[in-house]
Parts: sequence; C-alpha cells; structure tokens
Amino acid sequence: MKRDWLPLVLIPMLAAAAFPLVGSSSSWVTLTVAGLAMGLMIFVMASGLTLTFGLMDVLNFGHGAFIAVGAFVAASVMLALGTWMQADSLWLNLAAFLPAVLAAMAVSGVLGLAFERVIVRPVYGQHLKQILVTTGGLIVAEQLLKVVWGPDQITLARPTALRGAILLGDIAIEKYRLLAVIVGLIVFAALALTLSRTRIGLLIRAGVENGEMVEALGYRIRRLFVGVFVVGSALAGLGGGMWGLYQETITAAIGAQVIVLVFIVIIIGGLGSVGGCFIGALLVGLTANYIGFLAPKVALGSNILLMALILLWRPQGLYPVAKR
Amino acid sequence: MPEPLLSLRGVKTNIGRYHILHGVEFEVAEGGLTMLLGRNGAGKTTTLRTIMGLWRAHEGEIRFAGRDIAKLPTPDIARLGIAYVPESMAIFGDLTVHENLILAARSGPPDQKRLDWIFARFEALKRFWHLPAGNLSGGQKQMLAVARAIIEPRRLLLIDEPTKGLAPAIIANMIAAFRELKDGSSTLLVVEQNFAFARQLGDTVAVMDDGKVAHAGGMAAFAADAGLQQHLLGLGMGEHQ
Repeated sequence: MKRDWLPLVLIPMLAAAAFPLVGSSSSWVTLTVAGLAMGLMIFVMASGLTLTFGLMDVLNFGHGAFIAVGAFVAASVMLALGTWMQADSLWLNLAAFLPAVLAAMAVSGVLGLAFERVIVRPVYGQHLKQILVTTGGLIVAEQLLKVVWGPDQITLARPTALRGAILLGDIAIEKYRLLAVIVGLIVFAALALTLSRTRIGLLIRAGVENGEMVEALGYRIRRLFVGVFVVGSALAGLGGGMWGLYQETITAAIGAQVIVLVFIVIIIGGLGSVGGCFIGALLVGLTANYIGFLAPKVALGSNILLMALILLWRPQGLYPVAKR
Repeated sequence: MPEPLLSLRGVKTNIGRYHILHGVEFEVAEGGLTMLLGRNGAGKTTTLRTIMGLWRAHEGEIRFAGRDIAKLPTPDIARLGIAYVPESMAIFGDLTVHENLILAARSGPPDQKRLDWIFARFEALKRFWHLPAGNLSGGQKQMLAVARAIIEPRRLLLIDEPTKGLAPAIIANMIAAFRELKDGSSTLLVVEQNFAFARQLGDTVAVMDDGKVAHAGGMAAFAADAGLQQHLLGLGMGEHQ
C-alpha cells in the first residue's frame, strides 16, 4: 500500500525553506513554535467543519458563531474565576482554564445542535441556500452576542503562569503557545484514534466517502451527522476559547474573522479529510508567522497565496476524499 | 400458494422530471433466484434502488415479507434483512478490506466460519485483508462488494450486475457462491446483462422494457425461447448459448 506522504513532507520543507530567510536560528524556532501553535488552534476549530462537509455536503458558514460563542463563554468563566487566573500557581490557573474551555465546548455544542435542527436541516442538499442561511445565522449570532455580552470588546489577560516565555538560550517560546500545541495535539490524537480505531469512526470515514452506501448497510447517516455536527461545534467552541485567550481581546466578530482561515485550511486539506485539515492548518500557521516576520506587508494575503499554490498542485486539496 | 418474499405492484419512480419506472410489477419467491434482465436503460437499476429506498417510488406498493416498505427509510429497509450490491460496487476505498466487512456485519464481529466460506470463494480478500479497498483491482472490488452483502445471513440480496468486468474464473466462483446462498436461506434478485450467467443461475426471470416488466416467468422456459429473447433482449442466437 502506498501512503501519500508528500503533503506531510511540505511542513518540514516549509520550515527548512524559511530557515535561511529568517537568518537567526532563535527567531526561526520562536516563529516555528508560534506557527505550529496557531495552526493547531485553527485545526481544533476547523476539524468539525471539514467532517460535516464530508458527511453531508453541508457548507456551514455559521461555524464562526460557535467559535465566537466559545470565546465569550470561556472569557466569562475565566473572568469569574479571576483570582485563580491571576494566582501565581499553574494549577490554580489551569483550574480556571479547564472549566472555562469545557463550558465553551458545552455551550457551543448545544448551540450546534439547535443550529443543525433549525438552520441547516431545512437546506440539506442545497448549497446556495446553505451559504445564505448559515451566513445569516452567523450574523444573527453576532448580534445576539452583543445583546448578551454588550457591544464592547472584552479584554482578557492570560493566566499568570501562562504569560511570558520560556527561554532556552536565545530562543524564546511563549508558554501559552506551548499549551495551544499540547491541546491541539491531544485533539488531533483523539480524533485520529476515534476515526481509525472505533466503529463510529469507521462509520464517519465511510459516510464521508459514500453516505448512501452507509445507509444501505443499515446505519442512519443523519444521526451520525448530527453527532459529528455537535462535536464539531464543541471543538469550535474550544478553539474559540483558546483563540480568544491567544488574542487577549474578544469581540463579537471574532468568529467571522477567523472563519476565513478555517475555510482556507479545510479547502487546502481536501474537504472532508481530517488528516488534510491537520496539515493544512499547520501550513497556514507556519506561513502566516514566517511571512509576517519576513514581509509584514504581504502577510494578509499569504494564506490565500498558499491556498492558490496548493490548489494549482492538487486541485481537490492535499488529501481529496474519494466520493461515491 | 405461499406469499412471495418480495412483490412490486404498480411501482412508478421519477428521477427529477424524468419518469423512469412506469408501473413495475413482479414477485420474488422465497428461497429462489430471480434474474432481472433487460436492455440498457430499461429500469433495472432504478428498480433495485427503489426497493432499497434510495430512490422513492411516488406510486405503487413494495411488499417485503408481508410488509409495505415503500415509505421506509433505507436503513430500516436494510435492517429488515435486505442487502444491496450496487452496480458501482460502492466499496469504501479509504477503509481496509477488513474494515469494510466490519461495517457490513451489523450484529458484531464477523463470524469466522462465514469468513472462511467467503475466503474460499474469494481468496483475494484474505490476501489483501489489511489493504485499503481503494487499492484493489476492479474484480477484487466486486468480490468485496458481494462479500459485504453476504458477511451476515440476509433474507434478500439485491445484486446489480455482479459479473461486470470479471474474469471467467471469478465468475465461476460467483456462480458457486450464489448457488450456495440460494441453497441456504437467502433469496436473490440479480440484475444481469450476461445472459449465459443468468440462465445458469436463475430460477425465475423478469424482463424489463421501458420502465415496466414485459415478461415474467420461469428461466428454463425463457432460455428455451430464442424468439422471446430476441424480442425482449435483442440477443442473437450466438449470445444466448
């Protein structure tokens, strides 16, 4: 069996190509860790979206709403647990961080369940209506966030123990980015194990390839889809919570802002592919950081350029999903 | 006279604005093998897909084991004991051969005796057990598609063109497998273009033409009637030997 390793090789190739351009090895390590952290946070937000598209061909532009809600819920919990957040103990900091992201996941998951039932279900199989209706859902969600949390941005300081950087000689690695890397890798490992080692994972992979045949084998693909949609929404909430803390300011538009990156990642990866989404997210994170350092003026368009180059090479993304 | 396992009465199916089935009527007796024949575009595949609920009959009745299944969702139809092998095979290419069969065995891990029986017929599946099914050849994919349908005993097997593109040796194995299934407790409804294959296996035949069943009866009588074959299938003398 020939595994397609080429997309995976792109990550070290990109890092290696950036090394002589960056010049200093300490800056290169800092940028690389920052890029990986950013990529993994985007992966957490994007993984559910790519699976829902793969399973039911649903283009959900409202995914940004789950990210935004996650950011606000996590921020509220962390602000409420302010004394723990500002304590000098890492354990107390984590004791505030953990319930915050769990609450973000729970609220975003429940919102996802309602969103699927009310907004997505009536437009199954109708891409144009999906784009219109789910974008509308995102706009409504943004306004509701302003109603609940007010129109002003929320400023959120990172927990004391996660501020600053770890210094290894000349190399500075931000502590919060290390946490983002750890959380992102845990989510990736959990998803990869679920998809490869469990029956439900096999069903999801089979459903992404050919949902009709999964139904003909006696399984209800709609039920599976709702489950994936809810988990995907919860992960978006987790990613939103982490992204909010990464940015340290939260506005109602946080979801709409990051959803562009999320879509770039799932298109680069090949719609429906979790592995592709993972590699796509890392490429996007690394590119944004390297280009932001080397040529800040073109940083804004760098991810679009990356997507264009990858689609020129592989028009259906890094790991196209074989459909029916 | 015992009630047939499957019966279709006045089944009409539209795909978009095209009327494909115009009132299909035929019966499949329990424990037998019925061949559904007809020229390309006659409506054979649409009939199987309509029975399976993948396309909806907008009129007519489909009864399976005494129950009207025309309005049931596809998973419920499958859970009544109907397995389907589509013409496209629809194997899951990203999953291994093993994983394809795990999913098809709904009630738990595949039974080892049943697996051994399948391996005896389709040896390649054992050889490529841990390979992604997308890497199999066309014939091996067809074997896997059939194996997926028979990994657990089912009351009715709907099989669309099982010999398409297969080597003669594999067709012989397929014939043997279908005979053993028929001798067991399964009933088969098979769409087939290969008349030599169909006449070897079929107990009964239904021949479709323009979205309807134009002829239904015993296979032996149909196989002996070259004029009827010529009329309904366009077969020359050389083709039906």
